[in-house]
Amino acid sequence: MNDIWSWERAWEVLPDLLYGFRLTILATVVGTAIAAVLGLFVALARRSSVRWISVPVGVVVEFIRSTPLLVQLVFVYLALPTVPGIVVGCAVLGVHYATYMSEVYRAGIDAVPRGQWEAATALNLPRSRTWRDVVLPQAIRKTLPGLGNYAISMFKETPFLFAISIVEMFAAAQNYGANTFSYIEPLTMVGLFFLAASYPTSLLVRRMEKRLA
Amino acid sequence: MSTTPDTTPAIEFRDVIKRFGDNVVLDGLSFSVAKGDRVTLIGPSGSGKTTILRLLMTLEEADGGLILIDGDPYTHEYRGQKWVEIPEKRRRAVRKRVGMVFQQFNLFPNMTVLENIIEAPMHVLGHNRKQATARAEELLEQVGMAEKRDAKTTELSGGQQQRVAIARALAMDPEILLLDEVTSALDPEIVADVLGVLRDVAENTDITMLLVTHEMQFAREVSNRVLMFDHGRIIEEAHPETMFTAPEHERTQEFLKAVLG
Repeated sequence: MNDIWSWERAWEVLPDLLYGFRLTILATVVGTAIAAVLGLFVALARRSSVRWISVPVGVVVEFIRSTPLLVQLVFVYLALPTVPGIVVGCAVLGVHYATYMSEVYRAGIDAVPRGQWEAATALNLPRSRTWRDVVLPQAIRKTLPGLGNYAISMFKETPFLFAISIVEMFAAAQNYGANTFSYIEPLTMVGLFFLAASYPTSLLVRRMEKRLA
Repeated sequence: MSTTPDTTPAIEFRDVIKRFGDNVVLDGLSFSVAKGDRVTLIGPSGSGKTTILRLLMTLEEADGGLILIDGDPYTHEYRGQKWVEIPEKRRRAVRKRVGMVFQQFNLFPNMTVLENIIEAPMHVLGHNRKQATARAEELLEQVGMAEKRDAKTTELSGGQQQRVAIARALAMDPEILLLDEVTSALDPEIVADVLGVLRDVAENTDITMLLVTHEMQFAREVSNRVLMFDHGRIIEEAHPETMFTAPEHERTQEFLKAVLG
């Protein structure tokens, strides 16, 4: 127990961490998918000229954005005791980030020049066709880097799932520490795992930003 | 073919009012354009010329009056004593007869040249891809862009983009074509190409054309009527020969002197 770092303990905790990492990845992928799809619908709903759609959606979005993710996770988890934790985790992450991603979509849609809408009108394209074939393809191209950045930040917030008893990577490290009183190795490794996954991804996003600029 | 000539104007403005905030751009404007006419709108900037085209394309909403296309009310109508908006569904039927070419081309950058042209014929006119493509290739040939069929629009020069935009508008077989300063964003040496394409269209079709342009020579060759605007009113109207050689109104004389140098 004297040495600060033991390779033996590191080796011992590795399988637990890798197992937890799988849940971390699962939550991030599913959460991002939900956020990306829902975010688009939220953006469209907030732009709606029908006020009884745009106003309530706006209120809900502001509410979610102004309350902490951790509180939302625990609240939903406790409010829906029959729903498995991982389902609550993915759903809450997805909905929470959908509110951020909707803003990215909104900016992307606003960045499509007015002339594009006007050309579509001049060609008599129906509204839905204009969205599908003209506006969204241009808008989404511009949103990809922004969505990527939020996916990375969601990834880094998955340790909050610890609070709803999901043994993802951070929880696995905590558990190991609690049993052995050795926290240094597992937590260091958790940090390195996060770094190893998010740094290359952020480089990728940065490259995408440059290419799409 | 009807035996009696159809005298319904292609376009009719009746007391059309358009304001932007406190600025009254059109103050009860009335005029009409016969079928097959080529009308050039001239006048200083801010005189309401472009606004007229934009109203005809429903890119702006009038604040009063009627706009009729081939006798049909377009964006508003009077029902009883009330001036009411016409719903989008009915507008679409009328709008189908009108096409527009923009100063900034406004091609769709996420599509190839060909895709730009077949998009609306497929999804508005209901043509299948084969029909639409055949017609598009014909038009690309006509505007001299056949070899750029599969190019991205962002790879094209301004003049090339505008020629594609003209083909795109023609692919909808409009009865009325609106040309909004279509050469203003182009380099001088390219302007002639684009005007050549339009001259072809004017000679080989009977499309009613309404053009806003600063190319007076072109206006003189192509149009059969020139309307001089000032502060949202028509202050002089004449055949181009008369308008450009012997304008009557003092404002017209000043304006033409400034433009023609």
